[in-house]
Amino acid sequence: MLEYIISKYNFWVYIILLLIGLYAMLGKKNLVKKLIGMNIFQSAVILFYVSIGVKKGGATVPIFMGDAHAAHGHGQAIIDVASYINPLPHVLMLTAIVVSIATTGVALAVLILIFRRYKTLELDEIIKIRKDTGV
Amino acid sequence: MIWQLDIILCIFVVICAIAAITVKDLLAAVIILGAYSFFMCILWTEMGAVDVAFTEASVGAGVGTVLFIAAVNKTKRRSKD
Repeated sequence: MLEYIISKYNFWVYIILLLIGLYAMLGKKNLVKKLIGMNIFQSAVILFYVSIGVKKGGATVPIFMGDAHAAHGHGQAIIDVASYINPLPHVLMLTAIVVSIATTGVALAVLILIFRRYKTLELDEIIKIRKDTGV
Repeated sequence: MIWQLDIILCIFVVICAIAAITVKDLLAAVIILGAYSFFMCILWTEMGAVDVAFTEASVGAGVGTVLFIAAVNKTKRRSKD
């Protein structure tokens, strides 16, 4: 049982990162800290997906090393799939990274607008100002 | 995939994540987040996901840090927690 837990140590690290991000999003009062927590959360999920594609036992990067002409000519070279890492999660997570930066940019723009209106970035102070002014 | 390097990088990533949310100075937190992104990039190179590592180094650590620093410059640098 203990050996099984230790051999899957990658997954434990992802769970720890995920919970750190979740705690920062829920427990911290500063809005920039919440955004940092969101970034950590996203990259933990991306790390989990990328690690699914890893193969043990001499699998290399998914770049075709063989003769390129033989692959699509009449030779029809047979590619050994087991010797390459699965590239499908990589491609999906490539999109996820770009999307996460786009959402971060939009969130920072909204954050600057909030600061211009309330002159603070602490969530409790913003709620207090909103209650006092009745907006 | 070398498991000793993998464990060391995983520990560094967790340390960077904890430091980024505990530091009270927001600029320091953002820079530590950039370091976190670079450690993540090394971790992905080590896992064999070279394209994801490229994108993370340029877009995640580069552009993301620049955006965060610009936003912190426009707002306040101190945070209460």
